[in-house]
Amino acid sequence: MSDPKDFVAVVDSDVRKTPRRIAFITKRTSPQVRVKDEERVMTYPEVFFRTAVAIEVLAIALVITSLRWDAPLEGLADPMHTPNPAKAPWYFLGLQELLHYFPPVVAGVLIPGLVVMALIVIPYFNINVEAEGLWLRNRAKRLRIFGIVVVVFCIFLAVYKVWVALVPTVIVAAFMFLAAQTDPQTTRGFRGWLASKPLSFWIMTWFLFELIVLTAIGTFFRGPGWSWVWPWRA
Amino acid sequence: MASTLDRLIDQVRENRIWRSIFRSGTGESNLHRSLFVQQNVFLHLFSVKARKRTLEFSATWYLGALTFGTFLILVITGVLLMLYYHPSVPQAYVDMKDLQFVVSSGVFLRNLHRWSAHAMVFLVFAHMFKVFYRGAYRPPREFNWVIGVVLLLMTLLLSYTGYLLPWDQLAFWAVTVGSNIASAVPVMGGKMRFLMLGGTAVNANALLRFYVLHCVILPFAAILFIAIHFWRIRKDGGIYPGESAAEGDAK
Repeated sequence: MSDPKDFVAVVDSDVRKTPRRIAFITKRTSPQVRVKDEERVMTYPEVFFRTAVAIEVLAIALVITSLRWDAPLEGLADPMHTPNPAKAPWYFLGLQELLHYFPPVVAGVLIPGLVVMALIVIPYFNINVEAEGLWLRNRAKRLRIFGIVVVVFCIFLAVYKVWVALVPTVIVAAFMFLAAQTDPQTTRGFRGWLASKPLSFWIMTWFLFELIVLTAIGTFFRGPGWSWVWPWRA
Repeated sequence: MASTLDRLIDQVRENRIWRSIFRSGTGESNLHRSLFVQQNVFLHLFSVKARKRTLEFSATWYLGALTFGTFLILVITGVLLMLYYHPSVPQAYVDMKDLQFVVSSGVFLRNLHRWSAHAMVFLVFAHMFKVFYRGAYRPPREFNWVIGVVLLLMTLLLSYTGYLLPWDQLAFWAVTVGSNIASAVPVMGGKMRFLMLGGTAVNANALLRFYVLHCVILPFAAILFIAIHFWRIRKDGGIYPGESAAEGDAK
């Protein structure tokens, strides 16, 4: 026999590379496993049953809603008579709000196109896969870059008087720069949590915030001629 | 009493005809439960086992399952609504009035379809953001995320095409606003709008096109992509278990 050799137990999930894995436990090593495999349950009945209950609860909620509130139905379609304001379905009202500020080719084509492209490519960028805290490295340099980007973008929104998009941008940017002033290693709680967040978190949160604000404004705060109205006074 | 019923059910399930259809048998063992999933063409999209932790409410909020639930409700109510609907002008609107005053439970049927449609759009967005904030889009699940984005767009298109069908003022002008945006596309915008509406304005041709898209093309496309979406969950190693958990191999 050859000389005794030390082996290290490794976690390897690539069965193509190492179809058989043997761990030799010698005196100086211990069979320590870095991550334990989790407890598993049978899909039938466990998963199907839970899913069915969830769907049933939802169905009951929708049935109650349908018994309580009627779907809107207005008069017969009349191409000669335009209602004021003419509104798209609620999930497009964020875009319709942007149409108020930008030409249709920007608000109706460029922005939604970019949003869809951005969503698709998220998992293909290593920066999003590693999801390292934004301010963990090159803090000063990144602070300069993002400072300039935010200021330029805010000026752009201000020039076009898009206050409704400017306010969420400023709020998210404020939290982002607050996170930059925090050391994630020593700080606990909300600020520590913020400081550990990667770039993708900030962009997506900004997008979500804009989506909610613009949709809500388009739905509730816009009246005749797309003028600002207060929903409780209408 | 219960035991008699149980015995009766078991007798049915042991029956030769039953066994020729469902081969998994009556046992309660894990083997039988595995076969129950594996030997069903639809359930076979899912894996036989799941990590217990991924079933907790906090892991997914069941948003994907709920989205699928709304889709099921929409298919059922949608097929029933098709029995009372003619995609022509102005008959479409008359049919809405018939649903309101003539058809039994017609109002309820239309209400359920409409509110479920709104719920589905909302749930698809919620599902997307939940998946994002959990980091579940990361490899090996990146392509399933892309399919998810495709399903988001399909949901929006399904909802949007359905919006025109009542042929009331709300429907007509909402779709007019939307189709005007399509004409803003550089170079081929006007052509695209013409193709979408089957004319230069929202009219009877547009109603028919939206009807076909809404009832045939988009639902079948959605079913196809939903199937791939579910199957990819299994192929990508189950529901994302979270950062610190072990990632097993794809089954």
